Amino acid sequence: MKSEQLAWLIRRHGIEMTHLSHGSHIASILSVADIVAVLYNDIANISPENLNDENRDRIVLSKGHAGAAIYAALAEKSFFDVEELKTHYADGSRLSGHVSHKGIPGVEISTGSLGHGACMACGIALNAKINKKPYYTYAIVGDGECDEGSIWEMALFANQFKLNQFVVIVDHNKMQSLDYCENTLSLAPFAKKWEAFGWNVFDIDGHNHDELKKALNDAKQSLDKPTVIIANTVKGKGVSFMESDILWHYRFPHEGEEYDGALNELHASMPNGVVDPYEEAKK
Amino acid sequence: MRDTFVKTLLDIAKKDKNVYIVTGDLGFGVLKPFWDELPEQIINAGIAEQNMTSIAAGLAMQGKVVYTYSIGNFPTLRCIEQIRNDCAYHSANVKVVCVGGGFVYGSLGMSHHATEDLAIMRALPDVTVVAPGDLVEAAEATKAIYTTPGTCYLRLGRGGEKQIHNKIDDFKIGKAIKIKTGKNVAVFSTGAIFDEVDEACHELEKEGITPTVYTFPTVKPIDKDTIIECAKEHKAIITVEEHNLSGGFGSAVAEVLAEADDVKAKLVRVALDDRYSCIVGSQKYLRKQYGIDAQAVIAKVKENY
Repeated sequence: MKSEQLAWLIRRHGIEMTHLSHGSHIASILSVADIVAVLYNDIANISPENLNDENRDRIVLSKGHAGAAIYAALAEKSFFDVEELKTHYADGSRLSGHVSHKGIPGVEISTGSLGHGACMACGIALNAKINKKPYYTYAIVGDGECDEGSIWEMALFANQFKLNQFVVIVDHNKMQSLDYCENTLSLAPFAKKWEAFGWNVFDIDGHNHDELKKALNDAKQSLDKPTVIIANTVKGKGVSFMESDILWHYRFPHEGEEYDGALNELHASMPNGVVDPYEEAKK
Repeated sequence: MRDTFVKTLLDIAKKDKNVYIVTGDLGFGVLKPFWDELPEQIINAGIAEQNMTSIAAGLAMQGKVVYTYSIGNFPTLRCIEQIRNDCAYHSANVKVVCVGGGFVYGSLGMSHHATEDLAIMRALPDVTVVAPGDLVEAAEATKAIYTTPGTCYLRLGRGGEKQIHNKIDDFKIGKAIKIKTGKNVAVFSTGAIFDEVDEACHELEKEGITPTVYTFPTVKPIDKDTIIECAKEHKAIITVEEHNLSGGFGSAVAEVLAEADDVKAKLVRVALDDRYSCIVGSQKYLRKQYGIDAQAVIAKVKENY
């Protein structure tokens, strides 16, 4: 599978999961899809076969509300059955809206309250440093999440302890729950803030898979600094009417023109070699 | 008590290289023996308790046993959600250690009075809550939480606590320790305020008043059997804690009594009367000021004897 194909499938599952469950955060799922796809497909050494290997890479979704993107990636990578994705949010389901590790192979930790996962990931990365383990720890953080003070506590710590096998990827979609970041608590100059905290910084297009792969591979050259990849993204990416519209932080794609319109747009941008799993099921 | 903790943990950590202390930039002098001997097993996370606690959870989930260390409310209330979500929910082997439970830092002011921590920590599922009453209990509790899987809270006094027990042969998490068998009234004490209870008992004995006395080094899980047994054999149970009335040790005992069959004992709680202290002073002074000292215990025992 190519990462572009996985990213498409994450978006397709995200639409279906939030549609079925009337769940929130579709715009965040669409925004983070490329980051998640590249990590699971091309970068992180993690598979259903090596889950107990202490040298496996760790991926932590600190912006837990985009959990559907992780579930979709894991299901497509055979960590569990794709069919289970339909239970997202449902009574008795283990696929909670915010990502959960309980009973779900491949999820390292549960998150949901912002500013926690990145710090736990920092602890996991510290463990690699202490025990001289080769694994990398990847934490996917939201830009709105960077309002949390704990993120900056973590930023100081990771620099102090020279956690060069720790990579934070910020899904910088410029929006948070109620408004643009800039109108809430401005992060600018964002890259300079991380630089000032002593981090190795990449400022890239977070939907461009080549740029993501290059930055994630270049991060491995760092000998004494943690790396942050500021992945500039568009909230709602891939469905034009959801893009950069605050409405879609919480709204789910309703039956009718919203759901159909989203699918039409996704199908129009479908990479070669991908089969829509839901179309397939209907046949 | 804090020195006993550090000495005991140092012995454990020498044998187990997976044992770590993560301090929130506190423990000057106190942590020195550990720092000198095992510098590789101690981390200063800076004045950043949220990150400290999450880091500890992250380390613990990779197989380490991590003691977070700070004073007063900093290792608990400041980062309570990190303890809940990152430690307890993940069954992480994190041992939260507070030096200065109650009015230990009395003169430093309200910010440093740890007087709601037992209630708040006790409210969290999958957190064991331990408050040793003297130096021997502190050493035993330090060993016991090391072997107790998951997240634990160890509430310590500071220094200068007495050794009241000679030794404890069979220290168990969740088990109260009998100090003396008496009659009519049973006094239950948790934490370093055992000092006051001990002093009260000596005074009372001179007058021929001899209550039963237990210490409860574990607040959660609470020793239901001992509570119910005592409630059947005594007219009154008096709980003593250096903590607020709401939700603390006395409340834990009340919960057991409220649901028990065939118990008649009245419950009297010696605790802070649901208030913060704007008055400062030594621990001893504040205990007296707020009616949780030996004299208060003596009065309550006499009233109910």
